Amino acid sequence: MAELIIHPDKITDPAAAMKLCPFGAIVDEAGQLTITAACRMCRLCVRKGPAGAFELREDASPAAGADIGSWHGIAVYVEHEGGKIHPVTLELLGKARELARKSPQPVYALFIGAGSRQAATALLEYGPDEVFVYDHPELTHFRIEPYAAAGADFITRVRPAIILVGGTTVGRSLAPRLAARFRTGLTADCTALDIQPDGGLAQIRPAFGGNIMAHIMTPKRRPQFATVRYKIFPLSEPEARPSGKVTVLPVKPEFLSSAITVLEVKPKPAVNGIEEAEVIVAAGRGLKKAEDLAMIRELAALLHGEVASTRSLIEAGWVDPRRQIGLSGRTVKPRLLIACGISGAIQFVAGMKGSETVIAINSDPEAPIFRTAHYALVGDLYQIVPELINRIKADGAAAFISSGAGVP
Amino acid sequence: MKIGVCLKQVPGTTKVEVDPQTGVLKRDGVDAKLNPFDLYALETALRMKATVPDTSVCAVTMGPPQSEEIIREAYMTGADDGVILSDRRFAGSDVLATSWTLSQGLTLVGPFDLIICGKQTTDGDTAQVGAELAEFLGIPHLCNVTAIEELNEEFLTAVMDLPGHVQRVKVKLPCLITVEKGIFEPRLPSFRRKLATADRPIRRIGLDELPDREARHYGLDGSPTQVARIFPPESNQVRETWTGSGRELADRAFAWLKEHKFLQQEG
Repeated sequence: MAELIIHPDKITDPAAAMKLCPFGAIVDEAGQLTITAACRMCRLCVRKGPAGAFELREDASPAAGADIGSWHGIAVYVEHEGGKIHPVTLELLGKARELARKSPQPVYALFIGAGSRQAATALLEYGPDEVFVYDHPELTHFRIEPYAAAGADFITRVRPAIILVGGTTVGRSLAPRLAARFRTGLTADCTALDIQPDGGLAQIRPAFGGNIMAHIMTPKRRPQFATVRYKIFPLSEPEARPSGKVTVLPVKPEFLSSAITVLEVKPKPAVNGIEEAEVIVAAGRGLKKAEDLAMIRELAALLHGEVASTRSLIEAGWVDPRRQIGLSGRTVKPRLLIACGISGAIQFVAGMKGSETVIAINSDPEAPIFRTAHYALVGDLYQIVPELINRIKADGAAAFISSGAGVP
Repeated sequence: MKIGVCLKQVPGTTKVEVDPQTGVLKRDGVDAKLNPFDLYALETALRMKATVPDTSVCAVTMGPPQSEEIIREAYMTGADDGVILSDRRFAGSDVLATSWTLSQGLTLVGPFDLIICGKQTTDGDTAQVGAELAEFLGIPHLCNVTAIEELNEEFLTAVMDLPGHVQRVKVKLPCLITVEKGIFEPRLPSFRRKLATADRPIRRIGLDELPDREARHYGLDGSPTQVARIFPPESNQVRETWTGSGRELADRAFAWLKEHKFLQQEG
């Protein structure tokens, strides 16, 4: 059992020692420092405290981890609906190939569905060495038990060291189910991935709900599961001469047992997706009331773009949740993003840092968004946005007149 | 019917930063609140209780002793029982260890016909505990449930959100669901209930009472993922700061948009 031990004799200033913990887990109990259940084992006290004052005592490594060398290969779960492959799959295949170049091993794709045999061939040009297919009419619709059963069968047979899954609603349902079944680590919504020469997957994501990035490893268990949101990684280029192959694996009857009956599948009503938008005008807490969204909408319309927002405006009910940018919303990669009155919390930045150009308007010169923005406009959005709208309209009118239109 | 609802206490603020010089985490204050997404899980549980006769709702949390506050809050809105899983040896739990601990606690105080979780927490933000918990309990799960059409002693009929579609499904109980924000409008805690439940006990469960008492399955040891290091997010190297009056800034922005061809006329 790993535990933190306090050596009071090494602590001269207990008050300072208590402040070391960002979670307030070091407390004074009747004159004695102790660590409460609020501890997150971040080990900052060990690293930043007085020498020897906090000690992490760990057991000698247990048997778990002894077999990690027998796991090999990087697998990508093929996200699809009715055989139509979700582009996050291609992004992950590109990333898998990149990782496999650094730590040589095969790249696999795992395709579970009905009619997946045919669709699997099309995947080969995105570079997997082998596509493993579970093809059965009863796998037409996503149901957790059959998909998890097929996934578990794949893991047992192929023993991949890494499994990358798109951070979609399906991926975020399936990946944890499988990770729990194999009692292994899962890092959700990674924003960057790298690999060590020994095959250890370095998973980067925001942590502790704040402006902090964590570098996460799964040292003793395999496979290493990571989910990644759509549009975090670039789309990989197809290969001219694919050399991979498709392997069909048997779907055993017991895989198909499920407590779930799919009654109906309906397409979602079409919303102009912010994920596909070239231009986005996004608003945050700097907006004072719901009516003020009108100017944000107007600016977006003038730029042929879409309106988006931070979580706070979604929580206030001002904006459709499908327009939320961020870790708990959508990931966007527009050519231009104009951030109006957005402070720039890490959760938001995680969802838009792939934007080609970011123009941020904020009255607080210290706003974190300015660390991400290419152009930091320090000023009042209530002055800048209406002025900008006027300028664009005047220009449009000028263009209209100079083109000769409207002249009798 | 017995409904379990999983709740978590989260920091009241997300303002946490790393001091770039020392690498120490800076966190303002220690105020905490009920994870906002869990309000919807709790509300869903209470609505279901109102539709199925003889139903009780048990609120379960895992965390330090002070997370009792959120169980009190659940009592004030109408939960019948409350459990807190608290032990120093749970510290440092990742998704797997958290799910395992919750599954042990729910097994001890269960069995439940329906377990309801929020979509995600605002501090961990992983949205993965619900599905792992269902796996450990050996029951099916539905994620991203946006509506419940029917619930009876045997079946649940619900609508769930998929990337491009919505699925209407019927699932045999027991099962676990994670609900989307907005599935129901959460009620406010009632003062009358606050008075009525002030003395209601909260069951506190430590590691030694759980069915699995192997300490290395919990906390840091039970967590396959380990944080190797933490660091401040990288900031953009190339940037310009523009200052001036609103008008001047609008002028510059306009010129930039024009130069970069964002103001093309349509057609």
